[in-house]
Amino acid sequence: MLGFLKQPVVVTAEINVNLVALTVMGLVNRLWALSYPRAVVFDEVYYGQFVSLYMKRIFFVDDSGPPFGHMLLAFGGYLGGFDGNFLWNRIGAEYNMNVPIWSLRLLPALTGALCVPLAYQILVELHFSHCAAFGAALLILFENSLITQSRLMLLESVLIFFILLAILSYLKFYNLQKCSPFTAGWWFWLLLTGVACSCAVGVKYMGLFTYMLLLAIAGVHSWHLIGDQTLSNVSVLCHLLARGLALVVVPVAMYLFFFYVHLTLLYRSGPHDQIMTSAFQASLEGGLARITHGQPLEVAYGSQITLRNVLGKPMPCWLHSHKSTYPIRYENGRGSSHQQQVTCYPFKDVNNWWIVKDPGMQQLVVSNPPRPVRHGHIVQLVHGITTRYLNTHDVAAPLSPHSQEISCYIDYNISMPAQNLWRVEIVNRELDTDVWKTILFEVRFVHVNTSAVLKLSGASLPEWGYRQLEIIGEKLSKGYHQSMLWNVEEHRYGKSQEQKEREVELHSPTQADISKNLSFMARFTELQWKILTLKNEDTEHKYSSSPLDWITMDTNIAYWFHPISGAQIHLIGNVLTWASANVATLVYVCLFLWYLLRRRRKICDIPEDAWRLWVSAGGLCVGGWAVNYLPFFMMEKTLFLYHYLPALTFQILLIPVVLQHLTDHLCRSQLPKNAFSALMVAWFSSIYLVYRTFSPLTYGEPTLSAAELRALRWKDSWDILIRKH
Amino acid sequence: MGGRAGQSRGAGWGRREVTGPRRFLSRCAGSVLWHFRPGSCLTSPAAAALRPPARRTTTPTMPCEGTRLRFPPCPTARTPFPLVPCAGMPGRRHLPRVGARMTLAAGCCQAESGPRCGGLRQRRPRRPAGEPSRPSPLPRAWAPLEAPVGVWAPLAFVTLLSFASRFYRLSEPPHVCWDETHFGKMGSYYINRTFFFDVHPPLGKMLIGLAGYLSGYNGTFPFQKPGDRYEHHNYIGMRGFCAFLGSCLVPFAYLTVLEMSKSLYAALLAASILIFDTGCITLSQYILLDPILMFFLMGAVLSMVKCNSCADRPFSASWWFWLSLTGINLAGAIGVKFVGLFVVLLVGLNTVYDLWELLGDLSLSLVTLGKHLLARVFCLILLPLALYTAQFAVHFAVLNKSGPGDGFFSSAFQSRLIGNNLHNVSVPEHLAYGSVITMKNLRMAGGYLHSHWHLYPEGVGARQQQVTAYLHKDLNNLWVIKKHDSNTADHLDPSYSVEFVRHGDVIRLEHKETSRNLHSHQHEAPMTRKHFQVTGYGINGTGDANDFWRIEVVGRKAGKRIKVLRSQIRLTHLATGCILGSSGKTLPKWGWEQVEVTCTPYVKETPNALWNVEDHINPKLPNISLDVLKPSFPEILLESHMVMIRGNSGLKPKENEVTSKPWHWPINYQGLRFSGVNETDYRVYLLGNPVVWWLNLVTIGLYLLMATCAIVAMKRGVQLTAEFKELSEVLLHSGGKIMLGWLLHYLPFFMMGRVLYFHHYFPAMLFSSMLTGITWDTLLKFCAGRLSCSMGRRVYTYGTLALMLLIVYSFYLFHPLSYGMVGPMASDPNSPMAGLRWLESWEF
Repeated sequence: MLGFLKQPVVVTAEINVNLVALTVMGLVNRLWALSYPRAVVFDEVYYGQFVSLYMKRIFFVDDSGPPFGHMLLAFGGYLGGFDGNFLWNRIGAEYNMNVPIWSLRLLPALTGALCVPLAYQILVELHFSHCAAFGAALLILFENSLITQSRLMLLESVLIFFILLAILSYLKFYNLQKCSPFTAGWWFWLLLTGVACSCAVGVKYMGLFTYMLLLAIAGVHSWHLIGDQTLSNVSVLCHLLARGLALVVVPVAMYLFFFYVHLTLLYRSGPHDQIMTSAFQASLEGGLARITHGQPLEVAYGSQITLRNVLGKPMPCWLHSHKSTYPIRYENGRGSSHQQQVTCYPFKDVNNWWIVKDPGMQQLVVSNPPRPVRHGHIVQLVHGITTRYLNTHDVAAPLSPHSQEISCYIDYNISMPAQNLWRVEIVNRELDTDVWKTILFEVRFVHVNTSAVLKLSGASLPEWGYRQLEIIGEKLSKGYHQSMLWNVEEHRYGKSQEQKEREVELHSPTQADISKNLSFMARFTELQWKILTLKNEDTEHKYSSSPLDWITMDTNIAYWFHPISGAQIHLIGNVLTWASANVATLVYVCLFLWYLLRRRRKICDIPEDAWRLWVSAGGLCVGGWAVNYLPFFMMEKTLFLYHYLPALTFQILLIPVVLQHLTDHLCRSQLPKNAFSALMVAWFSSIYLVYRTFSPLTYGEPTLSAAELRALRWKDSWDILIRKH
Repeated sequence: MGGRAGQSRGAGWGRREVTGPRRFLSRCAGSVLWHFRPGSCLTSPAAAALRPPARRTTTPTMPCEGTRLRFPPCPTARTPFPLVPCAGMPGRRHLPRVGARMTLAAGCCQAESGPRCGGLRQRRPRRPAGEPSRPSPLPRAWAPLEAPVGVWAPLAFVTLLSFASRFYRLSEPPHVCWDETHFGKMGSYYINRTFFFDVHPPLGKMLIGLAGYLSGYNGTFPFQKPGDRYEHHNYIGMRGFCAFLGSCLVPFAYLTVLEMSKSLYAALLAASILIFDTGCITLSQYILLDPILMFFLMGAVLSMVKCNSCADRPFSASWWFWLSLTGINLAGAIGVKFVGLFVVLLVGLNTVYDLWELLGDLSLSLVTLGKHLLARVFCLILLPLALYTAQFAVHFAVLNKSGPGDGFFSSAFQSRLIGNNLHNVSVPEHLAYGSVITMKNLRMAGGYLHSHWHLYPEGVGARQQQVTAYLHKDLNNLWVIKKHDSNTADHLDPSYSVEFVRHGDVIRLEHKETSRNLHSHQHEAPMTRKHFQVTGYGINGTGDANDFWRIEVVGRKAGKRIKVLRSQIRLTHLATGCILGSSGKTLPKWGWEQVEVTCTPYVKETPNALWNVEDHINPKLPNISLDVLKPSFPEILLESHMVMIRGNSGLKPKENEVTSKPWHWPINYQGLRFSGVNETDYRVYLLGNPVVWWLNLVTIGLYLLMATCAIVAMKRGVQLTAEFKELSEVLLHSGGKIMLGWLLHYLPFFMMGRVLYFHHYFPAMLFSSMLTGITWDTLLKFCAGRLSCSMGRRVYTYGTLALMLLIVYSFYLFHPLSYGMVGPMASDPNSPMAGLRWLESWEF
């Protein structure tokens, strides 16, 4: 029973002093004077507003990426007790006392610091010497651009951390694979790979590149596994399933979970409501939900409705009409019908109300019991305030001459009869007999006479149309487009027979009794789709750059500038490291091709083991660099130097790999080896020197004089701010 | 000719005698087995070698071995085409020269082409380096010509069907259909020798023009818009030419599949898919670039495959022939459209793979390897490049008159064109104050410095008059050069002496129409935020100090005069030190989608910031005939490419525009309306035969499944019989290449920002159809191999037959799509097509 007492309790701890030392150095180097400057620095202005919105639980859409990164930053704010009351409007603005800037910046700084030991451990797991691993960690430690990026409330360092973590855990997993598969450690590292990947993707979509790389590497390894005929079919299947679970299922589930948390946290309506569909808006507290809460669900003959265009581009708008007519002649000489304008109006207005009328009956009120409108029914749409019928005819639309004009019909007693019958087609119906429901159903109005479809053209009318958006009737020939779909947003059953009463009724707010809840998946799909398709106007930024500038660091970004002292923070890298990394990549690729061709001719320059090491390390580092860099050439968005940092991290890891290979295999005798070591020492000291030289621009202190700043402008293309006195 | 053929045939026979055993072996190793050769139910090369006499027997009911793959003998009566007893190789000698009593000799066709250009397997045993290539290479190049009817009958049959289906009702409808309005027009430009601009390289349109010219079309039809009647103009020649090339696709596909899979049925299946696809028919019947593009594309694939088959005899005449033919076709493919680059990529990857294999072959010396490499560099890179360049040379030589495309090109380029105001130009040579000029940006496809009465909108810099770069010639491009400090009237005064503008002078540029000065200030430019905004400022020429510019000529000393056209001018803003340039970005709607002009603070020597004076009007100076800079051919070539690339990337879809998405295409989601809208019109609708397309779609999935199974089985070391190995070899190697072709011609469209159309999918569809042929053939063989002897044969035969009948029947249903429909739309229940509108998105 007490047998365990017979043995002394021994705790053997193995502490890698290298690792500890590196971690401490990383922490000091990244966390030093973290709350300086107490002012908004560069993109903090962008991320800060989301942190504030999180604090206030207000819904937002950010097209730059998924919500996990924002959530992490907000978590920092939560820990620091931030109440979200800060106006993030301009770079350089001083923070109030209520902004816990230290805790907001803490998380990125911590992750940035942890990248240093991660780099060390990765090289160790790649079976390189501790010396090489230490070198890699030092290079990361003294890389100015990484330091700058991690000391501020930005997401790149978090992203890099998760990327490196994913790589490391995969390597750990792979090394365990040979000796002890399906043990606890094996499962831990495998699952951690998946989790880290999903976190990386959750922080920024860029993480996807590394995730794909890891999937590819795992695919290659699995392929070898399949070829391993010592394993039984069942165990191969188990291996594959375990990988599928950890590397595909878990990340997807995690990703969904981020969104679940995001949508649960943000339940209040806010500034970005407008771009979401009515159904989504109705699911948020306040906003549209307050208006539509309790309105009747099914549209009936006599219903008063507002119709919102589903596409919402260039801006969300509602079908609208007003007293003004189309001009008899447009500027270009074409004629119009001179009937009442029908437009799409981006604001709520009493003129957005329409009444659904049965063509066979005169009344404009809902009968008792209400007669619902179903898919395929033919209706007339009566404009509430002016009581004119929505009409289209064979007249060219004002700005899109190939389409038909939509008007509210005025009978001028000329040979232009009213053509005001519209067929209601519910696009997302389940049955052909479905009743037209508000908010949920997307409806197409097909003109009965000409089979034109009511559509938002996206053009905005000139002065005579008050710059509202053009509505056209497009011949149904080019398939579906969201701009042809409409949904009922506000809705009430009309009760007033007389026009005067009706106007009063239209002005009164709608009444309420039911609320709608979208399922999580529906909300997720919509939000995800909006994030992916939402495009900000891609205006060029002053510090934007092209991917070609990044390799040679021909560009920098001024992050912050103190208006009085002239202290400044720049995103600027350690020039020597960048150059060495480029050289290392070049050397690696050339040597690799050389070996490859020679091996094909059965000439082996290096032993098989060394070759395998060379390929795996290179595949990871060069591959990581390539997948994180090359895709940017195909992107059309505004790009900045900091987009290169993940790629750069991989490239830096390559330097010690190449150096060790050169010493091990190309320096055969002792003398060159010694010379090489001496060279290494000199090179490392110069890297440290460069780091020291640029550290005033990295940390924002001490303040430099104009002459010193000028001396730091090593490249003409760098934009270092020098005050004129 | 006849004598020659006979001679070479003799040589062929003789050679065959010599190499008999080896060839025999290789033939059995090839998939010849799969052809119902009565009495040849052989299962492995070894068995074949051991029992040669069995091959001679013609008994139709030879029993099959039990354990091996039982591939049965086939009585001729049961096969869809009467199969002739293929008497094995020695017996062939006794075949009648004209196979009167046989229409198709499935097995023999293989026997003929199989050993000649062996499949991938056969080139494994390479000849040692240095051994001279086998004798009489010449006849081999033309080997197919001497083949007996057995090879040719099915080929002739599919070719005939193909031509018949493409030429049927070719002249209908007798009006301009869809893009004929562009390509017909461009054909006319060639006939009229008028210069124009298009985003595609010139070969396709040149060929159309040539076809029109040869068939007697005189280039006078305006091709204004779809629906215009041709009346008396001869358009059949051009349509016929396109239809001819379109018809060639079928035999090409047939031969390619035959060469790859060595299976007649696979080839016939692929061919019948293409013959009976309504989409391919429609696309081949009109004056379009697509049939021309696909002709070269398929030609390249066919010759690549043929060349691969000749790999066991490198540097032989046929090898050289097919290799250089590949290069020629590649040049043709890119010469028609840039989409041809994908097939270049396909051939490139194939070549890299080939070279890699050769490199691994240690029996080849480095010298031989070098020869291989050089041969490929020459045939697949240099030759196509030369041909491609030659096309442009012809293009520029033919189009020597000024036309609608002038403004897209630089001043130097325009001076080549007869009728352009720069041709044999006669202007005052040196710039003087008071001159009226136009300034053209030196960037490729740069515009003229332009301004107009419109202001920059609110929020975009200062609300002053816009200054842009504009590609067309226009009165608003005119500027007057003034001294910075003096007034307007001076220069117009006749007594005032002429004063030349000199390098380094400070000037003012006044816009002639609006009399505002070219102005810049420290506001952000509208698009390029790093640069300064350029505006028109001031009233009647009176502005402020921000209107002063220093004019400099690149590479000149101070005080020199400035020459029209010749001098490369840089305008430096005096106050801010920035340089006037054109960023090349298109302004939004408020700027009429003209090109942005900015003042860049970064002093860089780029053509963006350089200008030349093009028009120059000064009544006080004598006009001198200038020997204008004739640009060299490489310069023209480079320039026209830059213009094309810019044009292509400019074809962006507009907001709220319904466009075709790549995922629509393989599912045949939506067609293109070629002609006719209403019930009374003659309607032609480009839509693939849905049965064929959906079969293709399913096949891609099926292929992936089969290939995965095969490759995993091989990797797991499952013991396969020789037949299954053979099958998976075809599936993985040949199918893999075709699959790669499909991917290369389909996936890139997902990344393209430009406007896409349904017809962009057709090159990929060709690959998909060939894949269908190979995959189903393999699947049926596989099934047949699992079953008993007679069952297996039946499954294989009837399976193929059923597929073909299905295709033919669906064609019967859908043929009005391509051959035209009149009457009620399909949505109307009275229409004959009423039941055929299977998808709501089809509009016929």
